Amino acid sequence: MKITRQAFLALLAAAARAFSKPRRMAMAIDLSKCWKDRGCTRCAQACHAAHNVPRIPDRRREIKWIWEERFENAFGQESAGPAVAGAPVPVLCNHCEHPACVQVCPTGATFKRESDGLVMMDEHRCIGCRYCMAACPYGARSFNWSDPRSFLRTLDPAYPTREKGVVEKCTFCNERLARGQQPACVEVCPFKAMVFGDAADPSSAIAQLLRTRHAFRRKPELGAGPNVFYIL
Amino acid sequence: MTVLANAMWGSRAYRWWMAALYAAVAAGVLLWLRQWNQGLVLTGMSRDVAWGLYVGQFTFFVGVAASAVTVVLPYYLHAWKDFVRVVILGEMLAIASVVAALLFVFVDLGRPDRLLNVLLHPSPSSLMFWDLLALTGYLALNVILARAALAGPPAAWNRALILVSIPWAVSIHTITAFLYAGLAGRPFWLTAAMAPRFLASAFAVGPALLILLCRAFRYDAGDEALRKLRLVMTYAMTANVFLALMEVFTAFYSGIPGEAAHYSPWTWLSGGFMAAALALALGRSRYAPAAVFASLAIDKGVVLIPAGFIPSPEGAVTPYIPTAVELGIVLAIWCAGALLVTVLFRVAESYNRRSCPHHPS
Repeated sequence: MKITRQAFLALLAAAARAFSKPRRMAMAIDLSKCWKDRGCTRCAQACHAAHNVPRIPDRRREIKWIWEERFENAFGQESAGPAVAGAPVPVLCNHCEHPACVQVCPTGATFKRESDGLVMMDEHRCIGCRYCMAACPYGARSFNWSDPRSFLRTLDPAYPTREKGVVEKCTFCNERLARGQQPACVEVCPFKAMVFGDAADPSSAIAQLLRTRHAFRRKPELGAGPNVFYIL
Repeated sequence: MTVLANAMWGSRAYRWWMAALYAAVAAGVLLWLRQWNQGLVLTGMSRDVAWGLYVGQFTFFVGVAASAVTVVLPYYLHAWKDFVRVVILGEMLAIASVVAALLFVFVDLGRPDRLLNVLLHPSPSSLMFWDLLALTGYLALNVILARAALAGPPAAWNRALILVSIPWAVSIHTITAFLYAGLAGRPFWLTAAMAPRFLASAFAVGPALLILLCRAFRYDAGDEALRKLRLVMTYAMTANVFLALMEVFTAFYSGIPGEAAHYSPWTWLSGGFMAAALALALGRSRYAPAAVFASLAIDKGVVLIPAGFIPSPEGAVTPYIPTAVELGIVLAIWCAGALLVTVLFRVAESYNRRSCPHHPS
């Protein structure tokens, strides 16, 4: 069978459309903007309200998707000069390129979504072995040591609750992305300190920001490839 | 099965011993039901210290299981005929230890009802998947071998299985070490010495326990066998302490932040116990087997796992204090193991009384 040059090019174009490049969702946090109000925790509040994350009085058993760490604890003692030591840094799941949690999960309950790189969690498959918590170098994962529902003061019926015995974490708001919205933390930030988008798309705001500003990540020496960037 | 039935029954003291073990196991089941009902909040574990005694004890018992190789290998590969009466004990101990190890995994799960997800959704990138396969395979191998050994001299197929069981024993503890030693974010465990050290400590603890069990059951293993078991124990314990010191050197001389931080007073205390046990073993003390066994049960079964979590990757020091429920469940699994060992040893004993022991070809 002979194929004309024109038909060949048309086929190529169709293939390119069919196998479009996967997106790579990423976040950049501009710390100088974030530090305009060092007492602000609105990102964490918005996230935890939107996802029915309970507030558990026993700090040792708390569940958190996004929270603040001191600069030196997030980036290591030797990265924190006097100008930044003690300053609060918002930290969350990094949705790594090479997520250790996904590698160690014995059931595939946590997995990396091919289409956009989100590290997802299927709480219905999780056996609660907590291997992912041992593996995550960023402390991004929380386990439901008891029934979380009894600690929920308000309930958002639009989002599922979890039950005891499973692990959960930040999802980059996959449910909001599906509706064309930004993640809850990004949207609520009064200083627009967080920028979120497809880093694989050169025209996106996040890609432009990462091209023009120096960005750094947590524990780059581990090779996990975090998709949460910090700018200062 | 009559052999097994006979083993469940015995003298008055024996019946009391068995009754006490049954009671402890029953109490453990009740405690576990409570834990299942209320969640792992009943343990001392936390967000920062996600694994505790259960996973530590699991690790320790995988080591005891693997240590059967210290009698199987000399007997079958090198024809150490002195081990003719202990080799069956080693296999029986391996069976009981694998069962205990699997029970410790089970009680540690948040959703034990979903355990089969590990097989329904096999994940070859997870060492836990491989570890469960290796452990269940090892259990099956030892059940077959122990039953065959009781039946008579080894057939050709049996000999092939014995040869398979030797590297398999090494593999279960190597894979268990890999569970921890491949985690980039946990510097205390991220060491190539972990699997060798696991094997060294296992090969010390197994012979030590066999000596203790022979004493407890008044099982006549033969003086030469006991002497050789002590020798294996002492060399393996020396290797274990040596490897532990290598870890200390690298952690402290390198000066890398976060390496030395995991060495707490508990780690040093545990190291001190191991050093003392080694000193007793080198001094040929009668208490050496008990000391070696206890110090390694503490080091691997209690200290190793929490120490990897404290401090957390963010530098938080969250203490880990096991609760009474947790301790009760641990005790119950030890009792379940003891129950199995008691019955299986009685089976081995009655076999030894009935027939002439076979010799390796």
